[in-house]
Amino acid sequence: MRALRRSRTRDARERLIQLILLVCAISSIFAIFLIIVFVFSQGVPFLAEAGLPFLTGSVWLPADSFAAGTWGIFPIILGSLVVTLGAVAIGAPLGIACAVFLAEIAPPAIRRVLVPSVSALAGVPSVVYGFFALLVIVPWIRGQFGGFGTSVLACWIILSIMILPTIISISTDAMRAVPREYKEGSLAMGATRWQTIRSVLIPAASSGIIASVILGMGRAIGETMAVLLVAGNSVTIPGSIFAPVSTLTAQIALEMNYATGAHQQALFAMGVVLFVFIMILTGLANLATRRRVTF
Amino acid sequence: MAAKRREMVPMGLLWGAGIATIIILVVILAYILAEGLPLISWHFLTANPGVRGQTGTGIYSTIVATVAVTGVALLVAAPLSVGGAIYLNEYTRENLLRKVIRQAAEVLAGIPSIIIGLFGFLFFVIYLLPYTGGWSVLSGGLTLAFMVLPISLRISEEALKAVPGELREGSLGLGATKWQSITTVVLPTALPGIVTGLILGMGRAIGETAAILLTAGGAIGLIHSLQDPCCPMTLYIYNILTEYNDTSTAYGTAAVLIIAILAITFITDWLMNSYTKKLKGL
Repeated sequence: MRALRRSRTRDARERLIQLILLVCAISSIFAIFLIIVFVFSQGVPFLAEAGLPFLTGSVWLPADSFAAGTWGIFPIILGSLVVTLGAVAIGAPLGIACAVFLAEIAPPAIRRVLVPSVSALAGVPSVVYGFFALLVIVPWIRGQFGGFGTSVLACWIILSIMILPTIISISTDAMRAVPREYKEGSLAMGATRWQTIRSVLIPAASSGIIASVILGMGRAIGETMAVLLVAGNSVTIPGSIFAPVSTLTAQIALEMNYATGAHQQALFAMGVVLFVFIMILTGLANLATRRRVTF
Repeated sequence: MAAKRREMVPMGLLWGAGIATIIILVVILAYILAEGLPLISWHFLTANPGVRGQTGTGIYSTIVATVAVTGVALLVAAPLSVGGAIYLNEYTRENLLRKVIRQAAEVLAGIPSIIIGLFGFLFFVIYLLPYTGGWSVLSGGLTLAFMVLPISLRISEEALKAVPGELREGSLGLGATKWQSITTVVLPTALPGIVTGLILGMGRAIGETAAILLTAGGAIGLIHSLQDPCCPMTLYIYNILTEYNDTSTAYGTAAVLIIAILAITFITDWLMNSYTKKLKGL
């Protein structure tokens, strides 16, 4: 009888623990739910009131009340896109090449240095990247090409470095997952190492490589501090890569300090626009990994 | 032979890419450490920042602030992520719930820090003002917990997955309950992996700026309670650069941050290596 009672309390305890663990597990879902509800609750009403001109207008003169301001964020959206695409155009080839090197070519000694280097690159705080860019890259651009130095180009350079760890680590994993037989088969048929990399390894790992580039793009479009320090933050459509630029992230960070009323809501609306971009990119990355290359 | 020679260009480029990545890291770190390390002294670490223009001051209160917000973030995120990972790996099979949760963690990890900052501002600073004190250590730390959670959840789950099934079966076979097997067999085995996840999450919290900018308040004084506004090291770098143009203190602070990040990288690298070796040895 006592044994039975003990096993019953033991069962109850086990069930309680399982319930607590379940709550922990769904906390991520709850977190996303909270973020969406709160950010959208401020941003969506503003979007509804401002309508399409918010996205297409090119004059940004925020004010405390909706009527007093001019609300056009087209240059800011364009700035985010230009900065992101340029960073990916520079960072993706370098990152993918580095991943091939890491997965296929690097001698163990170099790999032992490179793998922690990539994690360290991922760990360096974004404000430190921005600091470095502000003190090294910006003056270099100013000296070489004139202007302020805070520019599209400065953003491209520093962001292309910041997205390297994302691209390298995911691409390397994808290449490591390619079955050894594919490569051995190719080499056995007389293909050289480079031919094997180009026509077997990269095609077989392509879905992971594409996903890595899309996630790198997400990292670049979402980056705030480094861009904030080197973009120049001027809400105009940049005329050249040496002109200052503004992005969604930097503009939010810059103006949240003092924004009130409609202005603050407009910044939340910009957050919603950024969120939509990120969701599109996440969806695309998922699509890319789902569509596996089969042989 | 001709084929070999034609290979030299692409293979050389691949080598170049690998070496370039190492060089980029070394240049950035070396530059900041070279400028910043000479500034670091006992005084720099233990004196409080002075008011504008005052030289020879330290960064003590910003270090305290970083430790405090990171501590709050870990205190919340660690049980949630480890508990969640245990549930996913030990209590569910590959089913819809598991897929949804894993997807949610992935989405959460991908949300830009500035959006999490907007949320933290609205939820913790404004909505929960009576509890958090508005812009404060608590608001900043709780906001950071949202960013630590997915990182540590994913790595803890991987660590648990790597624990061989025989260990669980052996423990259950000896009459232990599920929870007993988890606490006495599974968790101790997976501990290095779980700790790695938490340390990486900690690194994310230490280095985060944008979310902190909107939630912590940025007050430079030494904190006395969790409801005080504070200025962690990352935010301090941004503030002194943009407001006071004081690059030398910024270098010193950045050097302290980089040393912390390098320590984290080496510790996690070493932990993971010893973990995989240990499991292989089983």
